[in-house]
Amino acid sequence: MSARVDVPRDLRIRSRWAPHVTTLRYLALFALVCLFLIPVYVLVVTALKDPSQVSPRQMWNLPDVLSLDTFRTVWPKLETGFRNSLVMAVPASIISSVLGAANGFVLSKWRFPGADIVFALILFGMFIPYQSILIPLRQVLSDAGLTNLTGLALVHIIYGLPITTLIFRSYFASISDELIDASQVDGAGMLRTFAYVAVPIALPAFAVSIIWQFTQAWNDFLFGIVVVTRATHWPVTVALNNTAGSQVVPYHEAMAAAALASIPTLLVYVLMGRFFMRGLMAGALKG
Amino acid sequence: MYRLRKWGPAILLILPSLLAIGVFVYGFLGWNLTVSLSDWRGLRPSYNYVGFENYTRLASDGRFTNSVGNVIVFTIVFVGGALLVGFLLAYLVERRIRGEGFFRAIFLFPMAISLIAVAIIWRWLMSNATGAQQTGLNRLFSSIGLEFLVNDWFKADQPFAVMAVAIAAGWALSGYIMALFLAGMRGVSDDLREAARVDGASERRVFWHIVRPMLLPVLMSAVVILVHISFKTFDLIFAMDAESRLIEMPAIYMWFTTFDSFNFNRGAAIATLLMVGVAVVIVPYIWYSMRMERRQ
Amino acid sequence: MSWIQRRSRAIAPAALIAAASLVLAACGGDDDDGGNGEGAQEIPTGDASGELEFFSWWTGGGDSEGKEALLQLFEEQYPDVGVVDAAVAGGAGTNAQAVLASRLGSGEPPDSYQRHAGAELLSDIQDGFVEDVSWLFEEEGWMDVYPEALLEQITVDGGIYSVPVNIHRSNLIWWNPAVLAEAGIDAPPASWDEFLTQAEALEAAGKTPLTVGPLWTQEHLLENVLLGELGPDAYAGLWTGDTDWESQEVTAALDMFTQVLEHSNLGQAAADWQPAIDPVVDGDAAYNVMGDWAWAYFETVQGLAFEEGYNVTESPGTEGMFNWLSDSFTLPVDAPNRDNAVRWLQLAGSQEGQDTFNPVKGSIPARTDPDSSLYTGYFEMPLEDWSNPDTAIVGSLAHGAVADNAWKGEIDSALQEFVGSGDSAAFAAAVAQAYEDTRP
Repeated sequence: MSARVDVPRDLRIRSRWAPHVTTLRYLALFALVCLFLIPVYVLVVTALKDPSQVSPRQMWNLPDVLSLDTFRTVWPKLETGFRNSLVMAVPASIISSVLGAANGFVLSKWRFPGADIVFALILFGMFIPYQSILIPLRQVLSDAGLTNLTGLALVHIIYGLPITTLIFRSYFASISDELIDASQVDGAGMLRTFAYVAVPIALPAFAVSIIWQFTQAWNDFLFGIVVVTRATHWPVTVALNNTAGSQVVPYHEAMAAAALASIPTLLVYVLMGRFFMRGLMAGALKG
Repeated sequence: MYRLRKWGPAILLILPSLLAIGVFVYGFLGWNLTVSLSDWRGLRPSYNYVGFENYTRLASDGRFTNSVGNVIVFTIVFVGGALLVGFLLAYLVERRIRGEGFFRAIFLFPMAISLIAVAIIWRWLMSNATGAQQTGLNRLFSSIGLEFLVNDWFKADQPFAVMAVAIAAGWALSGYIMALFLAGMRGVSDDLREAARVDGASERRVFWHIVRPMLLPVLMSAVVILVHISFKTFDLIFAMDAESRLIEMPAIYMWFTTFDSFNFNRGAAIATLLMVGVAVVIVPYIWYSMRMERRQ
Repeated sequence: MSWIQRRSRAIAPAALIAAASLVLAACGGDDDDGGNGEGAQEIPTGDASGELEFFSWWTGGGDSEGKEALLQLFEEQYPDVGVVDAAVAGGAGTNAQAVLASRLGSGEPPDSYQRHAGAELLSDIQDGFVEDVSWLFEEEGWMDVYPEALLEQITVDGGIYSVPVNIHRSNLIWWNPAVLAEAGIDAPPASWDEFLTQAEALEAAGKTPLTVGPLWTQEHLLENVLLGELGPDAYAGLWTGDTDWESQEVTAALDMFTQVLEHSNLGQAAADWQPAIDPVVDGDAAYNVMGDWAWAYFETVQGLAFEEGYNVTESPGTEGMFNWLSDSFTLPVDAPNRDNAVRWLQLAGSQEGQDTFNPVKGSIPARTDPDSSLYTGYFEMPLEDWSNPDTAIVGSLAHGAVADNAWKGEIDSALQEFVGSGDSAAFAAAVAQAYEDTRP
């Protein structure tokens, strides 16, 4: 931040409505928070209710007794999927972030001819409807023997490349070239510059990228169900759909399952959310 | 040789990504295009060229035109709604008020939930059962005296049914739009604002004349991202009411016609058209922002 | 660097990508169309080991109990085989279809999968995905035990490509006796005209006359309205091209369907067949037209007693008719554990297997020699009707007995439109046109 002129506070022209505006602001925020939380309320309250208390009539009532019974019933159905998703999503998000960082770095700092076109071509890959490539995807993976969690991770890495590239390219674009030039003067080649200079300063962008990719990989349903052959290797979203997606399942089980399946991504947001905002503000997704 | 040495490592570093994208995106798109021009029906592939027949058939396919109508309404309501709400949230949260982190977390968190889970929750909230079975928002409205708000949600007549789904989608994504706008607003340096204040501008005018124009690139990003999500929306509709004509969109129709009826050719044609639709919005945007960048 | 030079450098990556897509397009066509991959045509002996992966979409209440019982029986008989129940829920069965299609297409089939016997299996047969198992029928002596009519239906070009495990009945109407009593109705309607009359009384009593669920249940209703209005011969002709869809009789029957729907809860149509039955169970609605798997829901899931909590008879106008559908299991070509798959089919076609599966599923065995002591209560009726030579047997549309995938898909689309518009002429024309279009 460059030097600031200290302006005395009373130079700000404040209308006499100012204090009321602030109150209004808070009121509006609380109203919106309530609206936003309605689905969450339903989710949490229903999942924690004793099964006997669940009915359409009592939907909005708070539980008389907090009960973890439903979670106990539902967890065994999600357990395998949970583990599978974890094993798949963590490496996938990290690897695709590293690759995206490399791409973003090269495309923003090393302006070789055609760099822009290459970037545009990569970026365009973000927008394809995935249904349209399911069949050839399955074919290729099957021929390669990858219709398992490794293949699923690979799929998420590849289809995550456009957005991670975008994130890092935007981020690096807003970093001045001085640092890079400095390391070059020191004699470092590009790879070294990338590993020792670029990556350390790109941590906010890594936060954005990892959070985004983890969420995508964890919450994906389509690839999970088509790529992975063996039912024992299905990710948690498929298990969730089998448990709660069919219409016959009682509400409390559906809500408990949805809640359980959402916990990891929620944790990621809670723990890393601040870095997410920082990364965004540092330009990670601009333009 | 010098050139190679200079740019060699760079190209090497991105080569794996390029190859992967080349095959898995463009290669598959090419395959998809080929299928859309073929007569493949049934589980065994068949690549006999039939020209644009599949496309012309779609033009007179009532189910397809219905789905296109739906996705247009959905896009308008969803994008418009998410932008408005996202902007409002960002505006409210921007002023370094107390508990900003808390508010941000609340609004951002729907993004963490998978769309399947979002659909499951909202399907219940938007249930239009009556009598003893009445539940969800309708029951809430009835019990607090807001009877007039009770409606059929995603089972109402078109286009209202589509709007109901757009509400659920908007809930899931407004927080993300808020984050984008917030980042954009925060990116406007305080110096500029102070300078304007020194010149005698009120807070409102500071916002309108200084901050707002800087938000244009953010707005464009947001529109592009939302539009492409809108065209691709599948999980949400699928888990909410998969077979309903009221809310069917091209992505869903493509799924059913490909995997239920095995009309691979028709499905590929729909997918190609979806791509074209998305491209029409995205490509100008990419081109425009590349140009803007070069100017800087 | 000039524009031209820059452009020519961009061509290299572009050319690479274009080449890749050409190669891929060519590769995509190279499927395994070499041979049938049939294995030995004899029943495996020796100890069973390895796995059995059975693929189905039976996951809901009332659907999965039968499958689970049979899988358990298999496990008891072959304790060293790991049984994998690969069921996929949701999407009105299309999730499972999509997964199955992609697995079959990429040459990684499950060891066995579920398909309706009849037209639905045709595309699998034509595409060479399933093995001919007529040798199994002969070795096990099933040719004498399965009813002629059924064997005829499942024989394609002299081969039999699946093992039917049951016979379900489609033309049934279920009701809640208490609701009828409340509205002063003695008995369920014997014709759809009578239904319309009853509907008024029911609505006056504040009850929904008929409940429906998602599109396929509406199609299920449609086929039984058609059967009830047109009679078995005209109905059967609809699927062979013998009955003119655009004739007056058919149009009148379609109009009747629209009228029936007006007295249903179409606006609040449930998202699956079980929730569609709930209002009947709860006493808010009178009737539901569904196949006999509904028995499992009423009896097992809801715990109601036959004739007290619920009752059932032939749907209006279909007395003496049996609208059949059948779940059958296949032997996929290149099944990874083929021996276990054969053992599974052997069990599915055996008396013990069918008598384990059916009393829980709500269906009657495909075999003609069941242990009748197991089929009491509701089951007496279908068992009797099925073996009665005077019963007119016709196949179900909604459940893949009479219309192949391609045509049925078009009918589904047209029905979606029809249910919203009520335009019988347009629907009939669309179906007739689709029939022409989908002939190979």
